[in-house]
Amino acid sequence: MTVQTWTYILVGITFALYIGIAIWSRAGSTKEFYVAGGGVSPLANGMATAADWMSAASFISMAGIISFAGYDGSVYLMGWTGGYVLLALLLAPYLRKFGKFTVPDFIGDRYYSNSARMVAVFCALLVSFTYVAGQMRGVGLVFSRFLEVDINTGVVIGMVIVLFYAVLGGMKGITYTQVAQYCVLIFAFMVPAIFISIQMTGNPIPQLGMGSTVNDGSGVYLLDKLDGLSTALGFNEYTNGSKSTIDVFAITMALMVGTAGLPHVIVRFFTVKRVKDARKSAGLALLLIAILYTAAPAVAVFARTNMINTVSNQEYADMPDWFTKWEKTKLIKFDDKNGDGKIQYVADKTKNELTVDRDIMVLANPEIADLPAWVIALVAAGGLAAALSTAAGLLLVISASVSHDLIKKVFKPGISEKGELWAARGAATVAVIIAGYFGINPPGFVAAVVALAFGLAAASFFPAIVLGIFYKKMNKEGAITGMVVGISLMIFYILKFKFGVFDGGKDAVAGLTKDWWFGISPEGFGTIAMLVNFAVSIIVLQFTPPPPEKVQEIVEDIRIPSGAGEAIDH
Amino acid sequence: MSDKQTKASAYWKENVRYLFILLAIWFAVSYGAGILFKDSLNQIKVGGFKLGFWFAQQGSIYVFVLLIFVYVRLMNKLDKKYGYNE
Repeated sequence: MTVQTWTYILVGITFALYIGIAIWSRAGSTKEFYVAGGGVSPLANGMATAADWMSAASFISMAGIISFAGYDGSVYLMGWTGGYVLLALLLAPYLRKFGKFTVPDFIGDRYYSNSARMVAVFCALLVSFTYVAGQMRGVGLVFSRFLEVDINTGVVIGMVIVLFYAVLGGMKGITYTQVAQYCVLIFAFMVPAIFISIQMTGNPIPQLGMGSTVNDGSGVYLLDKLDGLSTALGFNEYTNGSKSTIDVFAITMALMVGTAGLPHVIVRFFTVKRVKDARKSAGLALLLIAILYTAAPAVAVFARTNMINTVSNQEYADMPDWFTKWEKTKLIKFDDKNGDGKIQYVADKTKNELTVDRDIMVLANPEIADLPAWVIALVAAGGLAAALSTAAGLLLVISASVSHDLIKKVFKPGISEKGELWAARGAATVAVIIAGYFGINPPGFVAAVVALAFGLAAASFFPAIVLGIFYKKMNKEGAITGMVVGISLMIFYILKFKFGVFDGGKDAVAGLTKDWWFGISPEGFGTIAMLVNFAVSIIVLQFTPPPPEKVQEIVEDIRIPSGAGEAIDH
Repeated sequence: MSDKQTKASAYWKENVRYLFILLAIWFAVSYGAGILFKDSLNQIKVGGFKLGFWFAQQGSIYVFVLLIFVYVRLMNKLDKKYGYNE
């Protein structure tokens, strides 16, 4: 059977599974819609969190980015896993004890103010919309390459599926489809990784294969070989990066803190029964995530070595089938500058003849390694699972922000349970349509803005929540000023150094890198904005009245794990 | 302060002490071994891995997972000690 037939079969089966689960787990109340009824087991929640978290970026892009960036790619590996330690130790148990439906719920109640709630809603919507547009694009990319349909048709199919189970099932439907999606995506990522690891090093465990010797009897370690290949072509040594230490430090910190502050991840911990379940499921989630995150750098090394061996200094006419297929999508481009018919792939831009989009490395890897057709199709199903599960989680945050935080808590407190449920479904529908629109007409800045999402979460939510739990005396004036200053600073820095808004547009950006504050790139600036948020909050606190006694009692209460009850709506 | 409050604040103190210790390890493996001291650790090789590179792309992640499970165990014990388990 061909790759395309296999892809239709595997994608068809997984989609049928997701729809089946959605019908089985319809939400009947707002509590089921927002927090799946509050009785999800730690393991199910761990799997759902892992699928929720691992998006198209983790599945499709990350290994590719690392394979081009080498050591510098470590910022994503550490940044997107280390955040779970912060989440498990500093946030999840306490927010579960607090026991509400959304992150703005916590901010609004803890800081006894609807202004604080509105600031939180604004941040949650901004972060989630930028993120979800990227997921829809990922769905379109997989469809167009593997099923050879138009990229826009792919986006629409993805929209319909997500709409179906997110609108029908709410958090309940999403949770159980995410459990299934985790299984699909981890299987799809690991099978090719294991195949290729055996092929290249003889070791079936990719994490170990990465540090083994090459399987050609030479006794050379794979990483040493790749370092040699890279330097011979004029690139940096693979195991040594080119970014400055302070920038690597700042980016890693911004990604970690941003991860811990992302609303769609935090809300997953509202769905378990007890505080101890929240702790345990954070550990399980990271364990399940770590399987992919420790295999990804191995895949990166295999893919990089394979690719250089396949293309470097080879006849263009001899290129395998996958090369021409990806050329059609314009994600691989060849320009025979010296006219010798061979591919020169080198660091020197004036002599380099090949550009490879880093997003295709994971998708193309099984083909480059010449694996069986069903494995290649499996990767397509996995990429779709990763993108759809994250999109659904984000849509839920968006719909809850509108129906619960805005309509129920601010504009129309008297709304009935049924009315709120319909408002939530309506908001989810509108959100899917907007997300789909951005997937079809991606603003040129999608990729840039996804990085911004972490910075925004780091600069806004993280300090406000941590201070809310660990600093009993923190008041609303301090927290609100901190969030507003932190997020404004972050937005300013991105506009200035990512878009060149104040210096004559995008073309000026490259020339501005020398002006970076402390040598920190916009991706890492969330760290500074977060520190500023903390500092501003604490300074303002000194000049404003302390929070009311009742709020301080709430803080004392959330520090104690017993008596969490179920997530309740006040 | 009532008995209940004394108990609660003793529990909180122990909890915060655990957090400091665990987060110190969290910082040491990622920012320490994987970033700040990467170059000196790279002089040491374990199998095909340079040690600093290994911490940045593998080791720190393994330690993160361990840290959360250690935290879960410590806290479950602490909850029992103070009668907050359920």
